[in-house]
Amino acid sequence: MANKIPRVPVREQDPKLRATNFEEVCLGYDREEAMLEATRCLDCKNPRCQGQCPVHVDIPGFIREVVKGDMAAAASVIARDSSLPSVCGRVCPQESQCEGACVLGIKGEPVAIGKLERFVGDWAIENAPGDDEVRPIERNGHKVAVVGSGPAGLACASDLAKLGYEVKIFEALHKVGGVLVYGIPEFRLPKERVVAREVEAVKRLGVDIVTDVIIGRTATVDQLIDEEGYEAVFIGSGAGLPRFMGIEGENLNGVFSANEFLTRANLMHAYDETYDTPIYAGKRAVIVGGGNVAMDAVRTARRLGAESIIVYRRSEAELPARVEEVHHAKQEGIEFKMLTNPVRIIGTEDGWVKGIECVEMELGEPDESGRRSPIVKEGSNHVIDCDVVIMALGTSPNPLIKHTTEGLETNRRGCIVATEEGQTSRPNIFAGGDAVTGAATVILAMGAGRKAAAAIHKYLSAETDK
Amino acid sequence: MYTIVSKRYLSPAITEMKVLAPRVAASAQPGQFVIVRTDEAGERIPLTICDYDREAGTVTIVTQSVGISSTKINDMKEGDAFADFAGPLGRPSDLLEIPLDKLREMKILFVAGGVGTAPVYPQAKWLKEHGVTADVIIGARTKDLFTYVDEMQQVANVHLATDDGSAGYHGMVTGLIKELVENQGVKYDHCVIIGPMIMMKFASLATKEYGIPTMVSLNALMVDGTGMCGACRVTVDGETRFTCVDGPEFDGHKVDFDEAMRRQNMYRNNLKTNTETHKCHCNG
Repeated sequence: MANKIPRVPVREQDPKLRATNFEEVCLGYDREEAMLEATRCLDCKNPRCQGQCPVHVDIPGFIREVVKGDMAAAASVIARDSSLPSVCGRVCPQESQCEGACVLGIKGEPVAIGKLERFVGDWAIENAPGDDEVRPIERNGHKVAVVGSGPAGLACASDLAKLGYEVKIFEALHKVGGVLVYGIPEFRLPKERVVAREVEAVKRLGVDIVTDVIIGRTATVDQLIDEEGYEAVFIGSGAGLPRFMGIEGENLNGVFSANEFLTRANLMHAYDETYDTPIYAGKRAVIVGGGNVAMDAVRTARRLGAESIIVYRRSEAELPARVEEVHHAKQEGIEFKMLTNPVRIIGTEDGWVKGIECVEMELGEPDESGRRSPIVKEGSNHVIDCDVVIMALGTSPNPLIKHTTEGLETNRRGCIVATEEGQTSRPNIFAGGDAVTGAATVILAMGAGRKAAAAIHKYLSAETDK
Repeated sequence: MYTIVSKRYLSPAITEMKVLAPRVAASAQPGQFVIVRTDEAGERIPLTICDYDREAGTVTIVTQSVGISSTKINDMKEGDAFADFAGPLGRPSDLLEIPLDKLREMKILFVAGGVGTAPVYPQAKWLKEHGVTADVIIGARTKDLFTYVDEMQQVANVHLATDDGSAGYHGMVTGLIKELVENQGVKYDHCVIIGPMIMMKFASLATKEYGIPTMVSLNALMVDGTGMCGACRVTVDGETRFTCVDGPEFDGHKVDFDEAMRRQNMYRNNLKTNTETHKCHCNG
C-alpha cells in the first residue's frame, strides 16, 4: 500500500550562494530520500505516467525496484527505454509529461518521478561496470553513420549498437553531446559528472564517435554512403541556427544570440578564468524570450555578475520554460517583465548597447498555437537601460545538410521531412530530433532517435534478405 | 589531434604551418576556412585556408600574433598538435562557380594586404591550374613586411606597393589600383580583396569607382563557425548575414565595413583577450 506522506523535498544549493557559482542547483535525493519518495507511488494498474513519457519508460516498474532498494534492477528497467536517465531526470519537463499525469497530482503533489530517475541514473553512473566487465556485443557486419552527437544521435547509436551494428557518430564540434554540452548550463546539467559519463556508457556499447567533422562540409551524407560504405545514415543534427527579431540595433556591440552566450559559457567554459574564451554579460542584461533557453541565459548572466531581466511578450502563464527553471530564476533574483516586447535597441555613439525600447502588450484572442496572442498597447513605449541584450527567440535547423544532400526533402521552416519512424525522402537516410521537429526537448529527440534506430534495423534487415 | 608537420616564420609575428588533417585536406576549396583550437583551454579560432595538399593530407594556415590565442598558435612548434582542426567551413570562392570557358576570358585582380596575402594564394593557384593568370596587388607598409611574394609570383602577375616606397609602387594599394586601371588601361572583370578590414573598405571603394565586381573575405569573430552562434553577423546590402555560413566572401560594395570593424573589436578590452590584463595559465 502506498505511503501517504508529502512529497519528499529535494535539497538545493542556497539561492544567494548559487547565483554566484556554476555548481549544480539541485543536489538530488540520497538513497534514503529516494526510497522514501518511491513509497508514495500507487503502482497504478494503468500507469498514466508511462503513457505520457515520450519514450515510455516503465515508470512504476523502476520505482518498484527503488522501493526495494535494488538500484541495479531499477537502472536496467530504465535502460530498456532510455540511454540518458541522469540527463532526462534533470532536464525533462516532467510537469507536462509523467508527473503531469500522476494520479497523486490530482489532489496533491505527484510522485517526484524526475528526481527518482535522476537518482537511479546517477547511481548507474557511479556503479558503471569497468571496460573489462562488459561483454562485447556480437557485430553483424553492417555499418550505420549517425550525424550529430546530441540526444537523438546518442539514442539512435545506442540502440543500433545493441542490435550489433557498427555505428559511427560524426560530431561537428569538439565535444560530444550536442545541446547537452553547448546549450544547457553546468548548473542544470553537470558536463563531466553526468553528460561525459553517459556518453562513456554509449561508447561502451561499441559506438565510435569522431569530433570536428562537419557533415555537409568535411564530408557529405552521400560521401558517407558512397565512399565510406555506410548502408544507412541517421541525421540528428539538431536546430542550431539562432533567430533574431529583425529590429533596429540588433548588430550593436553587446547584442548576442542566446546560442552564442550559452556556447561561450558552456562549451567554451568562458566563465572559468583558466579558459581563453571571453564572455561579456555587462552590468545590466536584458534577455528576450520565455523558454528554457531564455532562463538558462538569464541565470548565466546573473552568475556572471549582471543584474538580469527577462522580457517576454506574453504573460507568466504562457512562459514555455519548465516551471522549476522559472521558480529557480526568481529565487536567484531575476526580474521578470511580462507582456513586454522590444521594438528597437538603442546604442551609444561608439556602437555599444545602452538600452532597449519596449512596448507593453495585452493578451487578445488565442492564436494558432492555442495561446492568447499579444497585442501592442498604443503609446506604451518605454526604455529599459541595459548594456547587454540576449535574444532567446528559438532556433531553426542548420541548412548545411539540406543544401548538400540531393533529394532530401525539407519543409518551409527548413526542417527535414520525415515520417514518425524517421524515414526521409531518401530510402537509406533517416532523421529525427530537432532537425525534423524544430527546437523541442531532449526526451522527444531521444524518442525520435530510438524510433529511427528501429526503422533502420527493419530497412537494413529487408535489404540483406533481398 | 592534428600534428604540425612544418612551421616557418614569414615575419617575426607571422607563421606558416602545415597541419596534418586529411579529412579537411580532402575537401578544402579556395576561399574556405578552418576552426582551430590549440588545447583544452583554447578559443575556437577561425583561420583562412592558405593551401592544401590532398595527397599529403595537410592544410596550410598562416597566423599573425595579435592577441592571446594567435600568439598561443604561433608559439606551437613543429611536431606539436592542435587539439582541434575542423573544416573546411564557409562557402568556397565565387570564382569556382564561374564556368571555366568564361573564367578564361576574364581579367581577374586580387588585392592582398598583411596576413591576407596568404589566403589569396590558393585562389590564384587554383586559377593558374585552370589556365588563368591573375594580377595580384600585394600591399605593405614597407618591404620587410611582405609575405608570400615568392609563392605568389609562381602563380600570378604580382604588383607590389609599399607605403614608404621601399619596393614597387610608392603608395597604398588603392593608388596602385588606380594606376593599373587609369594609367595602364587594364580592364578588370572581377576583383577579390583580402586583408585588414580598413584596407578592404578603401580598396572596395576604389573598385566601385571603376565598376569592378568585388568580393572581400571577412575575418569576423566566431565561436562555432557552423552557423550556430551568430557572433559573425555582418550587414550586407542592408541585411544581416552570418560570415561563417553565408560567407566568408561577400560583395565588397555592399558590406557595412564600419559596423564590421566595430564588431571585430567587441572583446578588445575584455580581461581575457587583452594581452595586458590576461592571466596566463600556460606553463610559461
